[in-house]
Amino acid sequence: MSPVLAGVLQLTALIAALALAYRPLGDYMAAVYSSPKHLRVEKVVYRCIGANADAQMRWPAYLRSVLAFSVAGVLFLYLLQRVQGGLPLSFGFASISPDQAFNTAASFVGNTNWQSYSGEQAMGHVVQTAGLAVQNFVSAATGMAVAIALVRGFARSVHSRQAGGHTGDLGNFWADLVRGTVRVLIPISVLGALVLVACGAIQNFSGIHEVGQFMGGTQQTGGGAYASQEVIKELGTNGGGIANANSAHPFENPDAFTNLFEIFLILVIPFSLTRTFGKIVGNVKQGYAILATMGVIWLGFTLLMMWTEFAHGGPALQAAGAAMEGKETRFGVGSSAIFSVATTLTSTGAVDSFHSSFTAFGGGIQLLGMMLGEIAPGGVGSGLYGMLVMAIIAVFIAGLMVGRTPEYLGKKIGTREIKLAACYILITPTLVLGFSAASMVMPDALGSMLNTKALGAGSHGFSEVLYAFTSGANNNGSAFAGLNANTPWYNTTIGLCILLGRFLPMVFVLALAGSLAEQKPVPETAGTLRTEKPLFAGLLVGTILIITGLTYFPALALGPLAEGLS
Amino acid sequence: MTAPVKPEEPGSMASSSTATPTRAPHQDVPSGHQAGDGRVGGGLFDPKQLVKSFPDAIRKLDPRVMAKSPVMFVVEVGSVLTTIFAVKSPTDWFGWAIAAWLWLTVIFANLAEAVAEGRGKAQADTLRKAKTDTVARRLSEDGKTEEQVPGTELRIGDLVVCEAGDIIPGDGDVVEGVASVDESAITGESAPVIRESGGDRSAVTGGTKVLSDRIVIKITTKPGETFIDRMINLVEGAARQKTPNEIALNILLASLTVVFLLAVVTLQPFAVYAGAEQPMIVLLALLVCLIPTTIGALLSAIGIAGMDRLVQRNVLAMSGRAVEAAGDVSTLLLDKTGTITLGNRQAAEFVPVRGTTEAEVADAAQLSSLADETPEGRSIVVLAKEKYGLRERHQGELVDAEWVPFTAQTRMSGVDVTDDGAHRKVRKGATGSVIAWVEERGGEVAEDAQQLTDAISQAGGTPLLVALEDERGPRVLGVIHLKDVVKEGMRERFVELRKMGIKTVMITGDNPLTAKAIADEAGVDDFLAEATPEDKMALIKREQAGGKLVAMTGDGTNDAPALAQADVGVAMNTGTSAAKEAGNMVDLDSNPTKLIEIVEIGKQLLITRGALTTFSIANDVAKYFAIIPAMFAVAYPGLDTLNIMRLSSPNSAILSAIIFNALIIIALVPLALKGVQYRPVSADKMLRRNLAVYGLGGLIAPFIGIKLIDLLISLIPGLH
Repeated sequence: MSPVLAGVLQLTALIAALALAYRPLGDYMAAVYSSPKHLRVEKVVYRCIGANADAQMRWPAYLRSVLAFSVAGVLFLYLLQRVQGGLPLSFGFASISPDQAFNTAASFVGNTNWQSYSGEQAMGHVVQTAGLAVQNFVSAATGMAVAIALVRGFARSVHSRQAGGHTGDLGNFWADLVRGTVRVLIPISVLGALVLVACGAIQNFSGIHEVGQFMGGTQQTGGGAYASQEVIKELGTNGGGIANANSAHPFENPDAFTNLFEIFLILVIPFSLTRTFGKIVGNVKQGYAILATMGVIWLGFTLLMMWTEFAHGGPALQAAGAAMEGKETRFGVGSSAIFSVATTLTSTGAVDSFHSSFTAFGGGIQLLGMMLGEIAPGGVGSGLYGMLVMAIIAVFIAGLMVGRTPEYLGKKIGTREIKLAACYILITPTLVLGFSAASMVMPDALGSMLNTKALGAGSHGFSEVLYAFTSGANNNGSAFAGLNANTPWYNTTIGLCILLGRFLPMVFVLALAGSLAEQKPVPETAGTLRTEKPLFAGLLVGTILIITGLTYFPALALGPLAEGLS
Repeated sequence: MTAPVKPEEPGSMASSSTATPTRAPHQDVPSGHQAGDGRVGGGLFDPKQLVKSFPDAIRKLDPRVMAKSPVMFVVEVGSVLTTIFAVKSPTDWFGWAIAAWLWLTVIFANLAEAVAEGRGKAQADTLRKAKTDTVARRLSEDGKTEEQVPGTELRIGDLVVCEAGDIIPGDGDVVEGVASVDESAITGESAPVIRESGGDRSAVTGGTKVLSDRIVIKITTKPGETFIDRMINLVEGAARQKTPNEIALNILLASLTVVFLLAVVTLQPFAVYAGAEQPMIVLLALLVCLIPTTIGALLSAIGIAGMDRLVQRNVLAMSGRAVEAAGDVSTLLLDKTGTITLGNRQAAEFVPVRGTTEAEVADAAQLSSLADETPEGRSIVVLAKEKYGLRERHQGELVDAEWVPFTAQTRMSGVDVTDDGAHRKVRKGATGSVIAWVEERGGEVAEDAQQLTDAISQAGGTPLLVALEDERGPRVLGVIHLKDVVKEGMRERFVELRKMGIKTVMITGDNPLTAKAIADEAGVDDFLAEATPEDKMALIKREQAGGKLVAMTGDGTNDAPALAQADVGVAMNTGTSAAKEAGNMVDLDSNPTKLIEIVEIGKQLLITRGALTTFSIANDVAKYFAIIPAMFAVAYPGLDTLNIMRLSSPNSAILSAIIFNALIIIALVPLALKGVQYRPVSADKMLRRNLAVYGLGGLIAPFIGIKLIDLLISLIPGLH
């Protein structure tokens, strides 16, 4: 079988699996977030944290809860790393330095999992499981909660108000957080971990072993809860693996099947959330339109990536016969291309191949995928809310063309809504371009590049820096290898990018949800812009590509385009 | 781009309004069904206006004025900066060229606004003429003595006297007398109207002229706030405030401007790293090309022109908010009489009872109606003539005719004639009354008479029984079927409204049976029969509770609460001052059918805004392909691949993009003023069409435009 055919078959199998899971998982999540009942284990959790899970929250209260929970998470994780030297089961690793501990804490709480350390050489079992893995669950659940709050903002109608609720109610953060973790992430993770273990992934708490190498000599290898960490790392679009090689490491990702399975885990919740969205707003077709938008972009990027990687332009790659640099032979070019698009179009950032080693255009596709704001399908929750904000912008610009003031899902997009949406779309470009520009004038920052002008690879070096901030601000977490990011400058600025890029958008999304929830819905008529139609999905794709493209075109031109066109 | 139109004379309202097709008598179907030009065609545009408005455009360069539009303010700052750089290196033709075109970009934007405003100014000047300083004859409190005071000193509650030839000194209500008034100064309609105390025709407007008789007016508005003052402010744009959607769009444009500012500011460090540091002038040129200047330049002109299109149709919107709301309206309340049907019922057929013929009924009906000057009576005569060839007999032909007029007591009318010695008495009127008359005189009532009248009632018509007493004795001959006549073209109009997602509700005082018949015939979606003002109000509130926006027209004082409650309340100019105060629009022609056009104008305004925004943003793609290779092809030769337009030189590429950016504004001024073509189709079709024209068009047009400009520039010797 030719590698191209293998890639296409894997892609087809992936799409089929996602399609099978779409309805059941989407409907199940809608039921989870809409049910009035609490499970017994959930009640115990509420009692422990002292939360009244039945109290309705308006957006400021919801936001306060999100922020309070996340600040507590950052502090706990920071302290845990700082005292690692004194913790048991730590392979004798030292405590983490303050700037790196801050960076890592921000990174895991922010659902980014940018790692400026090598997992197997820096983090012991306690930090991995009690710290990082816990955040892998709850940071994902937080993103889903915020997305559900926004969806509820759209869905709130006169009926829900008559049923005893108040205007502006968005649900309860603690209930959403706990339910997302207990009823969605944990069950799927358990099943997923079993599959991975069955396929050969490692799951233990053993110490360091001395193992012999094929070519003679020995190396040290530590054990760890690889399988369980791996599954939530993908499912929660986190991306931070135990091994520095991430999902390219055989302990995390043993073979071609697990590779495909992990891609499935990355994409399944973000895609299925569109069904949940459709269910909650009472019109599944609206969910399909969003799904179609995400799907078109995702598939387009995947095919482009496969094309550029299989074409392996350039003399060295032509000579080698394939763009195999940085890719695992057990996965191949096709599967690696699919993985790298899935991980950059979501906020995952896990890698099964090395992004810096992709062709120049391949690197550009990864960068652009993150620059879109990771909305196709995006991170768990964050992808949906990011896409809905873009839908608001698209409705506002083009919706006027049907001769009505813009409305989406029956809610008017007025001054307040557009102000919040505009703030949302300003955040990541400001962070990415601002910090990248600052790095270009700081000799220290420039010194971290592996590829430099002196080596005749100035544009690739620029891509390394641009990639780092794009990854951080969009909460991706993947790295364009080459950049030494463990410096005070990068640890601090990328940490800031992660926190601001994660939580400022949440502020605006929740404010938007509150504003929408307070509105009386406008009934749909023949004069209403039909946002469930393919035309609108196409319009949304166009709006996303043009707005993002215009923002980043100069930067991309000086990075991957300059490299790829030379 | 400009349609060949007759230059608008800066003349009176009357002359400008004659150019407007909608100034037609009430019973006419609203304009719009003419072929060719768009539905709500309209804002005329003459290139000469550009020249005339030029001084205004220069005056608007004041930064305090520019700050209102964040996008154009950035361009102005850019113009100043490039000029400074050009002055610093005076031998560089490129710097001067960029500076000049940036200034032109700003001036073109101001020109668009100035032209839009200029058209209102001409109308305001005419109105001012009507508002010459008047002298009021104020009555003392006891009403006995008069004193002469200037019109500007009148206060609310003052009583003033006006006689034939006087200009009414201020807005008010007639409290005594009846007069004919020439309101052409405001409405452009030269036929005088009657104004009388009490009822719904008591309102008079300052600046209009009493033609006959004497009236006493109670002043209801302060000087400076009169209707004519407000009109002047409105058409001049002085009272113009940004509407909610316009504000929201401005926010979005400002945020896009910030994004592009960021992209350009951060580009320099990137460029320095790449070893391709850019001159400031080039960065400023890139910035101006990227920020949405097209829509930023035309946004306020679009808003002013939208209001202006209403003014040209003799509708005054008291707020721009109302015009936007008009586009969103999903329920239209239309009064049956005058809007859906012609003003009056008309005879449709003569139905004989058993034993008589249609011709007999027609003859008797005609005879009885000869002296009946009511529209119903006239229509009977007309029908008899058209359908039965009965020549209209003149009243003088009938000697000894004794006309019996209609009274509320007898509820019938008719005539007693003696013709060649034969006595004939003819009566027509309400069924009960005519039957009673026949029975009283010992005559016979055909058994099917009641049946026939019931049938007509059930069909929504009004039956008039015709009876005759001659040598054969008194007897019922038959029935005249009077019915409402639905205006031509209304049915099609309602179908279109339905396609646009607008529900029409007919409001009538008729009973439900009659109302239903007319509603079915006219094709409205719903009707409200035996409507009282309270019913109307309840209906509006019900619709609004469901999230719908409601538009209605009204003229009476009892309409005022509903007019105030409706999202778009159009008061008729003939209406009471209470109604005019309550509504947010006034129709000077008092033509209720215009409501439909108001909705279309509202929609057109929003579509124009959306279309030009889409166009503006789509334009940027091509500009990147022109400028980025021009900036960086030296440092990274590979980037020349992006120069897909094959522009002749880097300088020419950047200059071409800037020139295109400026010229597109002027090219789109006519579109901004006229509004994009509007046809009543479903949202889906409209979006598809507009996306194709303004979205795809916006992507492609600049590639062609920039290439053409570049070709021209490359022909100039020495500029490489």
